[in-house]
Amino acid sequence: MKRSLLAASLGAAFAAGPALAADNPGTGILKAQCISCHAIAKPDNMTLDRLWTRKGPDLYYAGSKFNKAWLVKWMQEPVRIRPAGEFYAKHVKAGDKEDVVDESTLTAHVKLSKADAEAVADALMALTGPDGLVAKGAFKGDKVSMAMGAMFFSKLRGCAACHSAKPGTGGASGPELYTAGERLQPDYIYSYIKDPQKVDPHIWMPTLNLAEPDLQRLTGYILQLSASEGK
Amino acid sequence: MNMKTSLRIPAFLPAAALLAAGFMACASAAAGTPYTERALRNYDTYCVQCHGVKRNGRGVNTRDMAVQPRDHSDAKGMGDIPDEEIAHAIKDGGLAVNKSVLMPAWGNVMSDEEIKELVAYLRFVCNCGSTK
Ligand code: HEC
Ligand code: HEC
Ligand code: HEC
Repeated sequence: MKRSLLAASLGAAFAAGPALAADNPGTGILKAQCISCHAIAKPDNMTLDRLWTRKGPDLYYAGSKFNKAWLVKWMQEPVRIRPAGEFYAKHVKAGDKEDVVDESTLTAHVKLSKADAEAVADALMALTGPDGLVAKGAFKGDKVSMAMGAMFFSKLRGCAACHSAKPGTGGASGPELYTAGERLQPDYIYSYIKDPQKVDPHIWMPTLNLAEPDLQRLTGYILQLSASEGK
Repeated sequence: MNMKTSLRIPAFLPAAALLAAGFMACASAAAGTPYTERALRNYDTYCVQCHGVKRNGRGVNTRDMAVQPRDHSDAKGMGDIPDEEIAHAIKDGGLAVNKSVLMPAWGNVMSDEEIKELVAYLRFVCNCGSTK
């Protein structure tokens, strides 16, 4: 009786987190080298204080966020994604004109071998996060005019204040977006723009109450940017 | 920049948070708290990216911005804006008060209570009351 209960609850635990099964070597690497900075299971305390103490972005929903090919590539050759680091407030200082990134506070990211990167990418892709985090099939895949997209991104919806759509221009507190199409799944981009707080409760990108056509247009624009700029 | 301003606008954020926490403990014991620790934390998280470490409208995002953020340390400019407009701008964004879309809406991130506390904090930063 006792034993079967234990087996059942063990089974449930495994079913909830298949990626944490011991037979995946990538999981071992994550636990040994990555969890000091990245959460690979949803933390209980999703507070603003936690945002200030965590050392890297959360990875517990990586499988709903990233394209696997990009993960494999980036983990071997990591380059900066967030111009002002994570999180920006810890890496900016007053400059002569405006605040600048304090480069001395930013360190290089750990690098993995090809085999390790592939194993870790498998483990990360199995971490899909809470159900319903990303609206599957939400992005309709329509082509958008780049001129229209740029106008909405910069002038009409103000995204350029925090993001760069081209290397060297735009805001610095959010991730560069000219590589987002290569990095991220289209439905994740859509879902994030629609409600950033649903993904990361206290994140410093506000929910901008965008209508459906805006969400489609901006997602399409960001995806197409990657094809043209993100090389 | 005069003495008062540099006291009001600490140069480094982590230090600022600590300092302010210390100040607050004294302030609330002595003269009544001018702003809450939560307001300071929210400002440092959400507003500094555009309004700047020194609260002077020169955040890390401003280099390429077509409309520059308001200088929150400017007593004259901030004094001209009534409390209700400040709260409205924070909650519903620049467009709601006929200003630039580059000032985003924070109503989905902070409660009305938190926004009210931020207004009080902004009055502390500008060292100004509303003249309207
Ligand atoms: C010292 C802390 C630290 C450690 C250890 C660390 N990372 Fe990171 N990681 C970061 C930071 C900070 C970023 C954000 C980098 C950026 O935006 O430029 C990041 C970004 C990432 C990203 C991209 C996430 C995103 O949302 O854009 C992945 C994937 C990643 N790390 C995987 C790993 C893996 C796998 C390991 C272990 C082998 C690891 N990291 C170890 C700090 C760390
Ligand atoms: C006030 C600053 C701000 C504004 C305005 C803003 N963002 Fe963001 N954005 C962020 C931050 C911060 C993140 C996430 C940072 C992190 O995970 O470390 C983010 C993340 C994203 C992501 C996911 C990127 C990734 O690499 O994980 C997309 C896509 C995005 N924003 C699109 C937009 C669009 C489109 C707009 C305009 C409608 C916009 N953002 C406006 C700050 C902003
Ligand atoms: C993405 C950049 C950005 C962020 C983040 C931002 N602001 Fe602003 N803010 C602006 C800009 C730009 C203006 C100037 C708008 C104009 O004059 O048309 C502004 C103006 C204001 C004003 C003056 C409104 C008026 O009626 O003139 C207040 C008050 C203000 N911001 C408060 C805040 C607070 C509080 C926060 C943090 C919760 C914040 N802002 C975050 C860009 C930003």
